[in-house]
Amino acid sequence: MTTSSATLPPAPGSRRRRRRSAPGGVRRWGPGLLLLSPSLILLAVFVYGLIAWTARLSLTDQHTAIRSGSVVGLKNYVDLFVNDINGRFTHSLKNLLIFTVVFMVGALVMGLIWALILERGLPGEGVFRAVYLFPMAVSFVASGVVWRWLMNSGTGEQAGGLNRIFHDLHLGFLENPWWTDPQWGMAAMAVPAIWQLAGYVMALFLAGFRGIPPELREAAQVDGATTYQMYRHVLFPQLTPTALSVLIILGHMSMKMFDLIMSVSGAQWITEVPAVYVWQTLLTSDYAKAAAISVVLLLLVAVVIVPYLVYNNRVERRS
Amino acid sequence: MTSTSIVTPPPTTASGRVDSPRPKRRGLNRPSPAGRAVKYALLLLFLLIVLMPAYVLIVTSFKSGREIGVNGQWSLPTEWTLASWTKAWTALQPSFLRTFELAIPVALISSLLGSANGFVLSRWRFPGADVVFTLILFGMFIPYQAVMIPLRQIVQSAGLPPGIPTLIVVHCIYGIPICTLIFRNYYATIVPVELIEAGRVDGAGLLRTFSSIILPISVPGFVVTVIWQFTSAWNDYLFAIFLSNTSNGPITIALNALAGAQSPDYAASMAGALIASLPTLFVYIVLGRWFIGGLMAGSVKS
Repeated sequence: MTTSSATLPPAPGSRRRRRRSAPGGVRRWGPGLLLLSPSLILLAVFVYGLIAWTARLSLTDQHTAIRSGSVVGLKNYVDLFVNDINGRFTHSLKNLLIFTVVFMVGALVMGLIWALILERGLPGEGVFRAVYLFPMAVSFVASGVVWRWLMNSGTGEQAGGLNRIFHDLHLGFLENPWWTDPQWGMAAMAVPAIWQLAGYVMALFLAGFRGIPPELREAAQVDGATTYQMYRHVLFPQLTPTALSVLIILGHMSMKMFDLIMSVSGAQWITEVPAVYVWQTLLTSDYAKAAAISVVLLLLVAVVIVPYLVYNNRVERRS
Repeated sequence: MTSTSIVTPPPTTASGRVDSPRPKRRGLNRPSPAGRAVKYALLLLFLLIVLMPAYVLIVTSFKSGREIGVNGQWSLPTEWTLASWTKAWTALQPSFLRTFELAIPVALISSLLGSANGFVLSRWRFPGADVVFTLILFGMFIPYQAVMIPLRQIVQSAGLPPGIPTLIVVHCIYGIPICTLIFRNYYATIVPVELIEAGRVDGAGLLRTFSSIILPISVPGFVVTVIWQFTSAWNDYLFAIFLSNTSNGPITIALNALAGAQSPDYAASMAGALIASLPTLFVYIVLGRWFIGGLMAGSVKS
């Protein structure tokens, strides 16, 4: 950006120049803002406006379709955490936590292993990459069909799906009830999600590896670093931004997980997460409660996403 | 690269190092044969694991109802039949066509919006553009449940025809952030500031610059966003279940109805899952490079 003169439109990230070109600037940048405005209005209404609407709804007592509610403050939220029948909401949060941990660790480890094997390039690499990534092109609803079959909870002679394989291979100890286990079922629910997204993690890490200047490796080798040392002290530190992106993406996807659970188990208590709970609550027309769950879900995502977006914005401005 | 001839990487894997102690200084990046064998063994193992669900889908979809017992679940069909495919196609065919009516307009409209927005936010900027961009991006991360309750009321009271037309509008709106992001990053790397400036010196206004300078070089960006939005709209289930039903909704709704019964016909369900995946798989196989381009953009950084 060093070549731009004072007459240029402000370059990305140059606040000083922007201020300098401010006099008479509206004629310069006004049309741009105008072109952007339809999208801005749509997003202002349909993202921020509707979120505000939902938040407002969550503060009312509109628990049926007909009655319009009056404001009851945070009662719906308190009810969710304290008074929900059988602790249903906290149960859904516990499920979400188990799912998120297993899913994030699994997809991260799997994707990183694939990227590590493939990053130096080897014959046939493209085929492996393409196959590892292909589940991303399939919908959760479609893959849910087959995972529901694979994660058949029958065991012993009644074993089906993966349990059948374990049974036939005399690996009976591996047979398990999958997602029907009341305690750890959500860990099994994470398996299809890992299958679907590990390839994506691999692709992100591969792009990260390819972005590292080869000089760094060469320098490390000249200095006599072992492979382990080179990865640990030279390459991995360079991948920190990639790893951050991966964690953010996986994290927010995990918290929003809906399609997969609906298609593998249906809307069942045992695998319920907040995103599914909203849907179930809406079926009973309890708008205020559904809104409150949605807002909690939004806050969970925002806690992760907002700092990331702000950080990203800063980094970009600096560069 | 002068050091290439004298430097050697240590063997790639731990086992490689144990199996083949060798002098440490040889060609750059040349893993030992043992290391390479281990790599391929691992890669093949993972390949089988990743492809296993695909095998199950295909094999089961060609089995007849009698064969879907507990025994021989994993074996090939003793007699191959298309009966399940016929059944699935009958159940899915109307929604299959409807989903094209949904995904194609969505892909085109949101790409066009994204291209205009991306151009303004990268090359025709205004004060506060960064903040505005961040506010736009937030829209692609929200859990859509947080807007769904009022959204349903709005589209109903706005008189939008239920089903596909509603979903087109909704997907276009919520697709704006990702398309804007992809195009902004694309223009920021591909369009030199000088090019825009030259146009301005010649008196070209915003629309003129956009249509005669930007759009002609936007094809790669459009390929990425069109694929991305097509795939998202095709695979979407969340908006579909909230805003449509089996009689007017896309294929994910129909597939879930086919497969979600208490005791589902697995052969037909799996044939259905394959049918529902064919268009996106086709796109992935034929246009894989650009598909990945969209995925990468999803991580915000260009």
